[in-house]
Amino acid sequence: MNWKTTATAMGLALLASTGLARADGVLNIYNWGNYTSPDVIKKFEAKYNVKVTITDYDSNDTALAKVRQGGTGFDIAVPSQTYVPIWIKEGLIQETDPGKMENAKNIAPEWANPDFDPGRKYTVPWAWGTIGVVVNTDAYKGPANTWGIIFNTPDELKGKVNVVPEMGDVMFAAIKYVGGQQCTDDKAVLKKVRDLLVAAKPNWIAMEYNTIEKMGAGDFKATSDWNGSALRQRLANPAIHFNYPKEGYGLWSDNVVVLKEAKNVENAKLFQNFIMDPENAAGLSAFHRYANAISGSDKYMPADMKDAPEVVIPAEDKPLGELQKMCPPETQELYTKIWTELQK
Amino acid sequence: MATAEEVAKAAERRDVRDRWLLSAPALLVILLAATGPLLIVVVYSFLAPGAYGDVKWQFSSDAWTSVFLERDIFDDTLSLAAAHVTIFWRSIKLAGVTTLATLALGFPTAYFMATRSEKTRDLWLFLITIPFWTNLLIRTFAVLQIIRNEGIINTILLKLGIVSAPVQILYTDTAILIGMAYVYLPLMVLPIYASMEKLDFRLVEAGYDLYATRFRVLWRIIFPLVKPGVIAGSILVFIPALGAYVTPSILGGGKNMMLSNLIELQFGQGRNWPLGSALSITVMIIVMVALLAYVRNASKSGVRHG
Repeated sequence: MNWKTTATAMGLALLASTGLARADGVLNIYNWGNYTSPDVIKKFEAKYNVKVTITDYDSNDTALAKVRQGGTGFDIAVPSQTYVPIWIKEGLIQETDPGKMENAKNIAPEWANPDFDPGRKYTVPWAWGTIGVVVNTDAYKGPANTWGIIFNTPDELKGKVNVVPEMGDVMFAAIKYVGGQQCTDDKAVLKKVRDLLVAAKPNWIAMEYNTIEKMGAGDFKATSDWNGSALRQRLANPAIHFNYPKEGYGLWSDNVVVLKEAKNVENAKLFQNFIMDPENAAGLSAFHRYANAISGSDKYMPADMKDAPEVVIPAEDKPLGELQKMCPPETQELYTKIWTELQK
Repeated sequence: MATAEEVAKAAERRDVRDRWLLSAPALLVILLAATGPLLIVVVYSFLAPGAYGDVKWQFSSDAWTSVFLERDIFDDTLSLAAAHVTIFWRSIKLAGVTTLATLALGFPTAYFMATRSEKTRDLWLFLITIPFWTNLLIRTFAVLQIIRNEGIINTILLKLGIVSAPVQILYTDTAILIGMAYVYLPLMVLPIYASMEKLDFRLVEAGYDLYATRFRVLWRIIFPLVKPGVIAGSILVFIPALGAYVTPSILGGGKNMMLSNLIELQFGQGRNWPLGSALSITVMIIVMVALLAYVRNASKSGVRHG
């Protein structure tokens, strides 16, 4: 066999294999790491005879930059609510109209028509949650439902507080603490914020993401954190409690979108519909430990999540939550400067 | 025999041309791979930032201005970018101290290895390379397990009753230095050992025969002869230490930015790719200048010996 026939044979083999793969059906998911329930994926694969692959990313910015370059081969991504408008504006995702899909009736009313995607024309809720203050009550017994734990640290916690280094979240919290509105560009408020942060930092021990392990091991006694992370910490150590700050706290939601460059659009739509089924949504929650915005999923939820205060917001704390928005680029630039000043 | 000469010349010319043509693809790949990405970084540093990451294709020198100067967001005055200078200085200092620490630990280690018998030397060399078998991240986490409050050192100290509360090592500058010295030590030991192995120990004996003190032998005979190894080791440690990212973040707790964190911020949450590019190039220039100064200095003082 000379090289030409070899090449032809190889080319044909390649063609055949991709052809076969397409016939079986595939779905390529691009999602945050450690976020996708293998059980729910297995169920989806079995039901629709589709082979699912999952690729991880670690931040909204990474995902956006990569998808913007194109040629990723992904069908589905899961951006946060702050980024969804950018994905829409830049034409990266397609209008699959999940609001009209069969299972759309299950979306909880407060999530059925969100500002970031009115009428649910692009997105399906994957998970939502809150950002608050986590305290180990063995170290501090006082009231902890305040950002003051972070920004005006009580003596017992000095040198034992961690702050999760999400610029947007920290700025949101600090602005709320000094009494401003989110995304403010009011210099008087921002000056207070800057002074507050710079004065607070000496009381912090670290600015890290790895809170579950460090709170568990006792390296940190308090931290700003996401609610699902706090739930895992409490399950490991009952003394650890999540608190909803009275100054106001941020809400976030991650959403399943179908990329414009998706090659398996039909499978992607099936998946969007599939995860709006209450039982499947509960399956996702059981793994990632966040709420899912699907009504009727509570009866399938694992027992330790059904009335977990981290997942089910107590009635009196509910009005304090506010969905976080993407701030305009000029405001963002101010925040980056304050952030650099803080971490210099 | 003019024609024969011409024929020979033509053949030679053809030979030279063929060589160039044959090596052209490889040269082209190397040229493109080495300069291509770098050129993109240079070009990006002269563009305007896109609204949500990426760049806008219009010329702007703002990125370069803001590397060195900053406009105060509150009183609008232009001044030296103090935050950037602090961060640059912290990284340079850390890289310098790491180089000194690895040198202090690596030189005796290399000497010890070089003075073993032929047979056991390979074993020592092998032991030095073992840390390279695992990923940097894993090695850093191993250090974390040793120094954390509930880690090995503190547990032993508490059990022995030497301290009553755990000593806070993690999240301090000491922790960063311990981690950096551990991670970069092999890079210092190996080049020094390579020089040391070639050292003719009869020269050392001659020094003693001429009544030189131990220190004099070390300083006037051994050190000058292994200097190339020391220089190579210092360069190998200093440059990656300047850009260290993982070790300072994990052991230092991420409260104070290093250069690499500052650059990462611009490409991530800060969404200012041009500034990130300009900062990266600034780092490269610093490294280049430091290297030139160092190499020139080292070779000048090297002449004195011999």
